[in-house]
Amino acid sequence: MTRLPVKKTYKLFVGGAFPRSESGRTYEAEGQNVARASRKDVRDAVRAARAAQPAWGGATAYNRGQVLYRLAEMVESRVPEFAELCGGRDEVERAIDRVVWYAGWADKLPQVLGGANPVAGPYFNFTVPEPTGVVAVLAPDASPLLGLVTRLLPPLVGGNAVVAVASETRPLAAIELAEAIATSDLPGGVVNLLTGFRSELAPVLGAHMDVNAFDIGPSNGAAAELETLAAENVKRVVHGNPDGQSPWEIAAYLELKTVWHPIGQ
Amino acid sequence: MAQAPVLPPGFELPLEPRLPRIGSIDAVALEERAASLAKRSIKRDAKVFALELAIRTIDLTTLEGADTPGKVAAMCSKAVRPDPTDPSIPSCAAICVYPNLVPTARERLQGTGVRVAAVASGFPSGQYPTPIKVADVRSAVELGADEIDMVIDRGAFLSGRYAKVYDEVVRVKESCGESAHLKVILETGELGTYDNVRRATLLAIAGGADFVKTSTGKIPSAATLPVALCMLEAVRDVYAETGRRVGFKAAGGIRQAKQAVQHLVLVHETLGPEWLTPELYRLGASSLVNDILMQLRKEKTGAYQSPDYFTLD
Repeated sequence: MTRLPVKKTYKLFVGGAFPRSESGRTYEAEGQNVARASRKDVRDAVRAARAAQPAWGGATAYNRGQVLYRLAEMVESRVPEFAELCGGRDEVERAIDRVVWYAGWADKLPQVLGGANPVAGPYFNFTVPEPTGVVAVLAPDASPLLGLVTRLLPPLVGGNAVVAVASETRPLAAIELAEAIATSDLPGGVVNLLTGFRSELAPVLGAHMDVNAFDIGPSNGAAAELETLAAENVKRVVHGNPDGQSPWEIAAYLELKTVWHPIGQ
Repeated sequence: MAQAPVLPPGFELPLEPRLPRIGSIDAVALEERAASLAKRSIKRDAKVFALELAIRTIDLTTLEGADTPGKVAAMCSKAVRPDPTDPSIPSCAAICVYPNLVPTARERLQGTGVRVAAVASGFPSGQYPTPIKVADVRSAVELGADEIDMVIDRGAFLSGRYAKVYDEVVRVKESCGESAHLKVILETGELGTYDNVRRATLLAIAGGADFVKTSTGKIPSAATLPVALCMLEAVRDVYAETGRRVGFKAAGGIRQAKQAVQHLVLVHETLGPEWLTPELYRLGASSLVNDILMQLRKEKTGAYQSPDYFTLD
C-alpha cells in the first residue's frame, strides 16, 4: 500500500517544547522551511531559561555531568541523521566526544577555578565558582553541529541556562540537536534554540536586561553594536572560538564568589 | 429572619422570591465572550495608556500573617511612587492591609492621595458572629481606614440564607459611616456557579456595597475573566435599572501586565470608559505592579527588562 510520507516541520525549541514562531514566519534554509523567530520568541526563550536556571544551577555537579553525558548518548544514537546535516560522520563524532569531555568537567571545576585562599587574619577564605545565569549564544556558521556544541556546552556545564540562535544558513543540525536534547534528561528551558535571522535576533538578546552573558562569536562587523547594547546591564561578552575546548571556556560564564568565614576556637 | 430595610426605588432586591429566580447564566457563552475579549491586541499608545491606568487603579495589597509595620511602610512608599527612578509613573489608588496595620499606613500615606483600605468582618472566611464582624469593621474605620473590604458569609449564602448575608452587608455598611467606602468580597471561587456569582453580586449591591470584589486572594481560583465579566454584567444591569454606579474590584491571581490589560478591556466593553477610573474600578494585586513597571520601561527603552532591576516587594 502506498502511503503519504510524514514531512517534518522545523520549529523552535523553547522551554522544552517545539513551538512555531509566535509570528508565524518561516524562511528557507538548506532547502527547508525553517521557523523564523521574532523578538517575542526571544522574550519567551529568555523567560523559559530564567525559570529553568535555578534548578539546573542548583543540581549537584555530579548530576549535571551525568545529564550531559546522557546527551552524548542521545546524539550517539542518531549519528547517521546528524551526519547528513553537518560535515559528516567525523564532525558528529567529534561533537559527541566534546560533549563527553565537557560533561566530565562538571564536578572538577570548583577545584580548578576555586580554592581555599591564604589570608592575613583568623579566617577561612574560599572561592567558589557560580553560574552567571542566562547565557545567550550566537552559534557559528562553520560546522553547524560541532560549532553549536562547542559554544553550548561551556555555559551548560557551569550551571547556566542558554538561549542559542542557530546558524542562519545551516540551522537543521541545531534543530536535530534540540530533538536529542529533548530526549536527554536536561530539564526543559535549560537549552532553548531559536532559528531565524541573526541580524534581527542578536540586538534583542544584546539589549535584554535579563541576559547575563552573551557569546557573540568571533569578532565581526556587528560586534561593536552588540557590545554597546550589552553594556547596559554589564553582560559578560564572549567572542566564542567555534572550535575551542578548554576549561577556560567554561570559566567565561562563571562568577567567582569569595566567602570569608571566621576560624572558630 | 431579619427584616430588610427600605431599598432604593426601582430596585427590589433582595426579596427572597426574586433571588432564586436569577439564574441560567449561559456559562459557555460567558466564557467564550470573556475569552474573545481577552484576545484583543492592545499595542503601543493604547498599551501604555492601559498600563498606566492599571497602576492608577491598583490596590497594592499585603495580607499575610507575617506582615510587619516595616513591610507596610515599604509598600506605602511603593504605592506613592511605584518606580523611584521614573516620576512620570502615577501612584496606586490605595493600599490594602489588615486592620492592625492601618495606623502605620495612615501615617505613611498622609497627604499623598493614596487611600488606605482594610480587610475586615472576619476576613477571609467570614465565619464569625455578626456583632464581631461589625465591631471589626468599626474598629478598622476608627483606626483610619478610608475603605473597608468585607467578606460575605459564604456558608450562609450557599445554604440559602440570603437574608443573613444581606443583613450583614447592610450592618457593615452602617458601620462604615459616611466616610469609608465599602467593598464587598464575594469569594467567587467558593460560590460554585455563575448563577450564584450573579446572585451574590446583586445581593451585595442591594445591601449597599460601593464596590463588589471578586476574591480574597486566599484560594487558588480567584479573579478569572468569566467571573469578572459575570459580575460586571450584574453591575451594568443595576446601572440600567436604577442609575446607580457600583464599582468593581478584581482581585487575586492577577500577576501579569497582560492579565491586567485583559481585565481593563472587559470593563471597557461591558461598562464603558466611565468605569475606567479608580473611583469605580480597582485591581487588587501585589506582584502585578512590578510586571507593569517592567512593561512600561520596555515600552520606553525598547529592551526587555529583568526583575533584578525592580524592587522585590
